[in-house]
Amino acid sequence: MTTETVTEPVPLARKDFVSDQEVRWCPGCGDYSILAQTQKLMPDLGIPREKIVFISGIGCSSRLPYYMNTYGFHSIHGRAPTIATGLKASRPDLQVWVITGDGDGLSIGGNHLLHILRRNVDVVIVLFNNRIYGLTKGQYSPTSEMGKRTKSSPMGTIDHPVNPLSVALGAEATFVARSLDIDVHHLLTTLDRAAHHKGTSFVEVYQNCNVFNDGAFMEFADKDVRPDRTITLEHGKPLVFGKDRNRGVRLNGTTPEVVDLGNDIAEGDLLVHDETREDPAVAYILSRMQYPQYPVPMGVFRAVQRPTYDDLMDQQIQDAISREGEGDLEALLNEGDTWTVE
Amino acid sequence: MTTKDGRIAPPRNGETQELDRVTIRFAGDSGDGSQVAGLQFTNTAALIGNDISTVPDFPAEIRAPAGSLPGVSSFQVSFSSYDIHTPGDAPDVLVAMNPAALKTNLPDLPKGGTVIVNTDEFTDANLRKAAYQANPLEDGTLSGYRVIEVPITSMNARALKDSGLNTKQIDRSKNFFALGLMFWLYERPLEPTLRWIDQKFSKNPAVSTANADTLKAGYHFGETAELFPVHYRVPKADLAPGRYRSITGNEATALGFLAASRLTGRPLFYGSYPITPASDILQELARFKNFGVKTFQAEDEISAIGSAIGAAFGGCLGLTGTSGPGLALKSESLGLAVMVELPIVVAMIQRSGPSTGMPTKTEQADLLQAMFGRNGECPVAIVAPATPAECFDMAIEAFRIALRHMVPTIFLSDGYLGTSSEPWRLPSVADLPTMRVDFATDPKTFHPYSRDPETLARPWAIPGTPGLEHRIGGLEKADITGNVNYDAENHDRMVRFRAEKVARIANDIPDLKVIGEEEGSLLVLGWGSTYGPALSAVQRARTRGLSVSHAHLRYLNPFPANLGEVISRFDRILIPEMNLGQLLMLVRARYLVDAVGLNQVTGRPFKIAQIEQKVNELVRSKVTVG
Ligand SMILES: Cc1ncc(C[n+]2csc(CCOP(=O)(O)OP(=O)(O)O)c2C)c(N)n1
Ligand code: SF4
Ligand SMILES: [Mg+2]
Repeated sequence: MTTETVTEPVPLARKDFVSDQEVRWCPGCGDYSILAQTQKLMPDLGIPREKIVFISGIGCSSRLPYYMNTYGFHSIHGRAPTIATGLKASRPDLQVWVITGDGDGLSIGGNHLLHILRRNVDVVIVLFNNRIYGLTKGQYSPTSEMGKRTKSSPMGTIDHPVNPLSVALGAEATFVARSLDIDVHHLLTTLDRAAHHKGTSFVEVYQNCNVFNDGAFMEFADKDVRPDRTITLEHGKPLVFGKDRNRGVRLNGTTPEVVDLGNDIAEGDLLVHDETREDPAVAYILSRMQYPQYPVPMGVFRAVQRPTYDDLMDQQIQDAISREGEGDLEALLNEGDTWTVE
Repeated sequence: MTTKDGRIAPPRNGETQELDRVTIRFAGDSGDGSQVAGLQFTNTAALIGNDISTVPDFPAEIRAPAGSLPGVSSFQVSFSSYDIHTPGDAPDVLVAMNPAALKTNLPDLPKGGTVIVNTDEFTDANLRKAAYQANPLEDGTLSGYRVIEVPITSMNARALKDSGLNTKQIDRSKNFFALGLMFWLYERPLEPTLRWIDQKFSKNPAVSTANADTLKAGYHFGETAELFPVHYRVPKADLAPGRYRSITGNEATALGFLAASRLTGRPLFYGSYPITPASDILQELARFKNFGVKTFQAEDEISAIGSAIGAAFGGCLGLTGTSGPGLALKSESLGLAVMVELPIVVAMIQRSGPSTGMPTKTEQADLLQAMFGRNGECPVAIVAPATPAECFDMAIEAFRIALRHMVPTIFLSDGYLGTSSEPWRLPSVADLPTMRVDFATDPKTFHPYSRDPETLARPWAIPGTPGLEHRIGGLEKADITGNVNYDAENHDRMVRFRAEKVARIANDIPDLKVIGEEEGSLLVLGWGSTYGPALSAVQRARTRGLSVSHAHLRYLNPFPANLGEVISRFDRILIPEMNLGQLLMLVRARYLVDAVGLNQVTGRPFKIAQIEQKVNELVRSKVTVG
């Protein structure tokens, strides 16, 4: 997302973006890391603090705006995209962030998420996916794995989970990425990319809820196994992964295949990542890759350009003014058939 | 048709007879153009100086089968030489373009009324579609009425045989033939409609010419056929001097919101999801892009109000609009707006409920939803326009209150007000109320939840203002700082602040005015669109010497400061409402007064006569002072 860049560099530091509110997450929660990277990113964006707005719904994740020393709006469950749309459309000069959770964004607010993505409103959406309802103390969420036992599913869930990135790509979001709370460098760069994309940026962050769903991503996200069980997408590069960079992913028709690089398979045979492809089909295929069958892709899946909703809205106003002239209320009131009574 | 003394006029040959009020209903299949004919008749009557009042009646289905009963659409216009407040209790003249239109509308026509029927359409097939066992033109159904049979379809076809249009296109012009005939009958000029046709169909000259030709043919038919021994004239009404146009409530509403934006210099942002009868407002405002108006057709009503809240957070005039089902969806977000104390306006155009109800029919059954339909103690301001033209002023007023008091405000209109029309004396922009918006800018004195000592409004600090960065939200706020706070005393204080803030609006609105004696035996107290019939009923009763007064509430929350005192000066209070007694409940609870209701939920506005009859029942004594 981009905004008018100020000419003079703003000498702000991370601490300038830390509010005076006491952070109230459970110790050890992945939300701390996301907050820290977000605060760290801010000074580098070169946008004055007063021009930045964080809007959230309800959930542990949605408390983030209180901790950012910017303008903030902690709204109601699932509705942050609607407020963000109204704010950005009426105030395109602001940089608007939406902070949401897997329940907030994909359950109660699923409809709004779909529509803000397709409209391409110029905001950054960060969805904290902990595959659980944290704030309400541990019920399953729309991203919980099938069969998961939680307080509200003592015999295991019977709902097939939703894949946030597949949904975003289905809605033809123009920027779609995934990162991980504990991979702080990757997280920072991903948020930075998102902040600079013009149009809706959608970032799913795998976030550990150490109280109600501890270790949800550890199977592949743990530092020791991460190189072998995840794959970092890099634009223009073949899909190579593994501690020894000796494995890759190629496409067989529409099915991805994990291959060992070696005698008969070279890097040239692998799928080369192209985040700028207009057609979201390959990005969608990548979004379906899950551990253990595949390494879990991390990074930017898609980054394409399309006019933003807020720009188009402004453009129509400019067009109307140049066509009809600046509106004249007196003339408008007197429009049509009028008559005079003496 | 009534003469000055109210009797039915006996026709006398070859004459022009003067009437003081006529009510015509154009009725036909929804494809027959009754709305267009009615609107053109209205504009012409208005242009030559009559007072007018109209109401349309649309079928619920968009494309009900042609000729069927559910497919009938009608438009009623009342025009007069005196000040009128309703489109008439009943038509004097019914123009029935087909059997279905006759069947559905005849029950509303009093005996002695005139029916103009398009005889061409009374075929066996059409009679069957209208569920007529026998032809009503022949079986005595119409005895007691003055029936004028005109083969409109074929005469229109004959007039346009050389138009180069095909049969179907030609048939579509027949409403103009009927309109031309009515213009002759009531001595109205054709020019305004000819001008309109010229503009409207400028891209399609063949159709334009055809419509103009058949309009004239209809007029000439009136002149030459000896069907009508008399034609009629309704002289100019004695309206206040000024420039006028005819306007519907929804059009006036949209213009009022636009005016509020101009008066404050703040851009208007309208988020809405289409719903009858509020969609007109979205469509109207979408035309005003060169005024900087931004309209957002949201994915649902929740998003619509969310976007308005977002726009208000950013310092724009945040507006959303809907009807009953949509307000239900907006209730949680409206509560958020109450908590964050942002000045949004919700334009709420009521329709028949519950649930989907009868979308095209009117009702006032959402007053209590507007008052209380949210979780928690969650007061909002509510204003209600009384007439179509007044929607303009009350739309401005809704924003004036919202902005000055930093309180979400509901503009409570209804389908009848929204779609009916009346002459509107055009205000000059210079005469509109002054409104100002003050944003907080000073970091030294700023506290997100400090309050204006007079109004209790909190400051409006918008993103982009350096040094005022702050966070708002739906969690309870600490007094002054606005930080999240769960303290018991603080919550109690904040709940009372929000209530008191709304209550104090009473200091900022006009007192309730009484029409008639300031005290007496009976006060008819109304709100919203019952204004017209209630006022007319009271006027009639007073002419007959009854002691009855009228007062009309345009502010429903808070009530005008003097309401309790006004009520106390009357022996009895009658509250007519198109619901089962919602204002009645509020008034009885608040003032401990034994008010009585006159309630109707038929989807139709009250008739003057209904209220008048109730007044008769209740009045105990005659006016003694002269
Ligand atoms: C209308 C409404 N329904 C239900 C709730 C209760 N509620 C609050 S947060 C939440 C789920 C949050 O889950 P998620 O979005 O995953 O956020 P997390 O706490 O996991 O970060 C629910 C059900 C609410 N606040 N509002
Ligand atoms: S409940 Fe889970 S998600 Fe919420 S703060 Fe605690 S650890 Fe974090
Ligand atoms: Mg969650």
